[in-house]
Amino acid sequence: MEELDGEPAVTVIPGVNSKKNQMCFDWGPGEMLVCETSFSKKEKSEMVPSCPFIYIIRKDVDVYSQILRKLFNESHGIFLGLQRIDEELTGKSRKSQLVRVSKNYRSVIRACMEEMHQVAIAAKDPASGRQFSSQVSILSAMELIWNLCEILFIEVAPAGHLLLHLLDWVRLHVCEVDSLSADVLGSENPSNHDSFWNLVTILVLQGRLDEARQMLSKEADASPASAGICRIMGDLMRTMPILSPGNTQTLTELELKWQHWHEECERYLQDSTFATNPHLESLLKIMLGDEAALLEQKELLSNWYHFLVTRLLYSNPTVKPIDLHYYAQSSLDLFLGGESSPEPLDNILLAAFEFDIHQVIKECSIALSNWWFVAHLTDLLDHCKLLQSHNLYFGSNMREFLLLEYASGLFAHPSLWQLGVDYFDYCPKLGRVSLELHIERIPLNTEQKALKVLRICEQRQMTEQVRSICKILAMKAVRNNRLGSALSWSIRAKDAAFATLVSDRFLRDYCERGCFSDLDLIDNLGPAMMLSDRLTFLGKYREFHHMYGEKRFADAASLLLSLMTSRIAPRSFWMTLLTDALPLLEQKQVIFSAEQTYELMQCLEDLTSRRPVRGESDIQQLQVIFTSGLMVPHGGGKRLPLSQTSPSLQKHWLLWTHVPLFPLTCVIHTPPSFRRK
Amino acid sequence: MFVARSIAADHKDLIHDVSFDFHGRRMATCSSDQSVKVWDKSESGDWHCTASWKTHSGSVWRVTWAHPEFGQVLASCSFDRTAAVWEEIVGESNDKLRGQSHWVKRTTLVDSRTSVTDVKFAPKHMGLMLATCSADGIVRIYEAPDVMNLSQWSLQHEISCKLSCSCISWNPSSSRAHSPMIAVGSDDSSPNAMAKVQIFEYNENTRKYAKAETLMTVTDPVHDIAFAPNLGRSFHILAIATKDVRIFTLKPVRKELTSSGGPTKFEIHIVAQFDNHNSQVWRVSWNITGTVLASSGDDGCVRLWKANYMDNWKCTGILKGNGSPVNGSSQQGNSNPSLGSNIPSLQNSLNGSSAGS
Repeated sequence: MEELDGEPAVTVIPGVNSKKNQMCFDWGPGEMLVCETSFSKKEKSEMVPSCPFIYIIRKDVDVYSQILRKLFNESHGIFLGLQRIDEELTGKSRKSQLVRVSKNYRSVIRACMEEMHQVAIAAKDPASGRQFSSQVSILSAMELIWNLCEILFIEVAPAGHLLLHLLDWVRLHVCEVDSLSADVLGSENPSNHDSFWNLVTILVLQGRLDEARQMLSKEADASPASAGICRIMGDLMRTMPILSPGNTQTLTELELKWQHWHEECERYLQDSTFATNPHLESLLKIMLGDEAALLEQKELLSNWYHFLVTRLLYSNPTVKPIDLHYYAQSSLDLFLGGESSPEPLDNILLAAFEFDIHQVIKECSIALSNWWFVAHLTDLLDHCKLLQSHNLYFGSNMREFLLLEYASGLFAHPSLWQLGVDYFDYCPKLGRVSLELHIERIPLNTEQKALKVLRICEQRQMTEQVRSICKILAMKAVRNNRLGSALSWSIRAKDAAFATLVSDRFLRDYCERGCFSDLDLIDNLGPAMMLSDRLTFLGKYREFHHMYGEKRFADAASLLLSLMTSRIAPRSFWMTLLTDALPLLEQKQVIFSAEQTYELMQCLEDLTSRRPVRGESDIQQLQVIFTSGLMVPHGGGKRLPLSQTSPSLQKHWLLWTHVPLFPLTCVIHTPPSFRRK
Repeated sequence: MFVARSIAADHKDLIHDVSFDFHGRRMATCSSDQSVKVWDKSESGDWHCTASWKTHSGSVWRVTWAHPEFGQVLASCSFDRTAAVWEEIVGESNDKLRGQSHWVKRTTLVDSRTSVTDVKFAPKHMGLMLATCSADGIVRIYEAPDVMNLSQWSLQHEISCKLSCSCISWNPSSSRAHSPMIAVGSDDSSPNAMAKVQIFEYNENTRKYAKAETLMTVTDPVHDIAFAPNLGRSFHILAIATKDVRIFTLKPVRKELTSSGGPTKFEIHIVAQFDNHNSQVWRVSWNITGTVLASSGDDGCVRLWKANYMDNWKCTGILKGNGSPVNGSSQQGNSNPSLGSNIPSLQNSLNGSSAGS
């Protein structure tokens, strides 16, 4: 992933010698091609020693992870829900909704993390096991950061409640204690268990004083000698004033009570009450917030933010949000003690304690391997109206920037791109144009996929993309000689020129084979027929076939004539149409009126005068037939005997009059003008 | 970024160009071995060479795909002074069975008297059109009026650039507000320090291309040039590969302010200039949304440039060879990001959550 800021990410391409050669490359929609070359030496290069490789470079590795797919899929739904949160909602109800959304995101991360953990355990080879485990720790860190951001930025817990939230946060993420507890309590004699005092200490460090007290009662039962002091310690634990969520006491009352309790603890220390039991004395010092005593428990605390929260619990339980950063920094310094330097996660948490949202997002972008986290977190914080209020004049830009990155990453994936569509929809500035550029690149390997892409474009009135996709499919169909498909795609693309081209192909095939393919389509064109003149002609010509088939000869005759007189029929097809008129002239009743017959002759004349037509004799025959038709008195009379006409006209005539009319679909129709010998 | 796959190209000489098709499911390569190869991606994601044929009688510099609206069409240009247009034939032959496709030459464009250095199809809204440029300093624009008959190409325009041309780029904007436009770069290294980038615009009235701008500040040889996808902007972004990477914006000055009828005038600003490649930059190219520019240079690296949400351009990624010989045909390389060792171990948090619930 490219950083938001900071040093560029280096991707090493094995086998390419950057010292000697250069690389040529090309961008694709989701991938990049890279290949070793030499730009400086032009024409004749010395033969290249090894055959070069072409490398396919991809952007976000995480997009391709099977397990993270679940993260992407499920968070997509949460994201959409968040976008639809009523803007009008204010105050408490809005906040509680936002907190709920935040918790939903976190539970998706957790679920993913647990699944990844299972996979890591089940992994057959150590390398992939390690890779899954590292994914697990990244997910775990994401959840840790998100949770803290939720407490500080979304819950915005006030003094007092703030610490309760932080305690929950630490308990959730530093939870060796539960397995340890099970271990100790499961043993025959818990108070003699090696880890008994470690367990009690951890419980105290996490402020789980009720549980610590229960443990102490076990010690009291087991060794009557220390039963007294255990009871005193238990009482101190029981009486420590805490803010409980439902409690109505004021902060001042609490602080006063806490002060009293603290002094009482102090007295026991002065009196050396617990001097006989170093474990209990150490616990007392912890409860007094003694920094040295706390730092002695570094191993049990395991990290500086646990130290921070414990330290606050026992020295300043009503810490104000604004003072957090001071304690956080000093806790980090004290805990690391100059022995090691802070790592990216430390800096991210520190930035959060400093309420520096921008820094949190920046550092996360650098440290994490995908855009999922920053995109979703930033979007949520933007919905909390935090980005503007923190004087980030680029706040909404940043949200959109990150969402665009995330969505374009999804578009590199063969199926996840569908989620990307919705993310683009919620980017007001560049979302639409980005979607346009991405969606037209989706490979249209199946009809189903093409229809899906088209639906997405149509819903968004992306007319140019719809046109282009249909055009691509029409072209593909023509190349593969699937004329019906080509025609329906060109109609959908509203591409008149291409519809004309395909219609011509249909007519050409008809002339060659005497029948039409894809009749379902052509016979049901409806208003689409109007797209191009040629298509109109194709549709109308089929109508003529139908009328003839239904023996509606008069209608058929006038349609046939009008196709020519209106100039809708391409001139190259007139000969066929004129020939089609023959069987109508041969009917017993008069079908073409005198006027219409004149018009037919006019058409024939028109055709012959423009250019020489092949099959001179055929034309003469037609002239004769038309003329004789004209001379026939109403009600029948003498006709030119069929045997006197040319063989090609005879054949045509025979087919039209003697072949059963239904179905008309495959009449072998070879108009003379199209026959080449 | 990570290397997802490597494919043995099997060209007998230097590869000069690689090119993805519009959907990224096919690619073409061209080489000094005078051939072009086409590769297809299977459903499983593997790449197979489906065609390989001799295209020219000299090194093939560039190969490029037409938009799929025009079918499966390639253009190539070569040291042999020609450019050629190729079309894939959907055959009934056994080719398909053998997983091979068949390409036929539809036309050879022979107007140049020197090496044809670049060939680019015009944006699809202009129809099936392509431009070539050559060492003789002429840009030629050809059109196939009938998209179903690619053997007929007519030379529509010849634009004299006075300098040996190395590269061309069409402005991809399809906005009605923008006339067709083409930028030309020159790698002429003669000592007279002339500007090396010229921009030509089509004039509807004269039906000719006329010079709209010359980038006076670019005086060193230019090896590649690329307009960015437009993204609905009113202005254009142009990247140039010269002794460094440069990104310019070209803002059209409102027509009524200029003498009417003449070419558009632009306010030109340089928005970024990077010399990280140390020496010559050979290629520049934008990703499909025009948000990332990639450049390739003498340092043997491909660098990625991106503007952040505050419009600051930065190098965001580097693709770099490790110099070691290749072994194996498919490697997975990926540097795992790390947040540090100080991460609460999941083992614990999972045990915790299960025991605590």
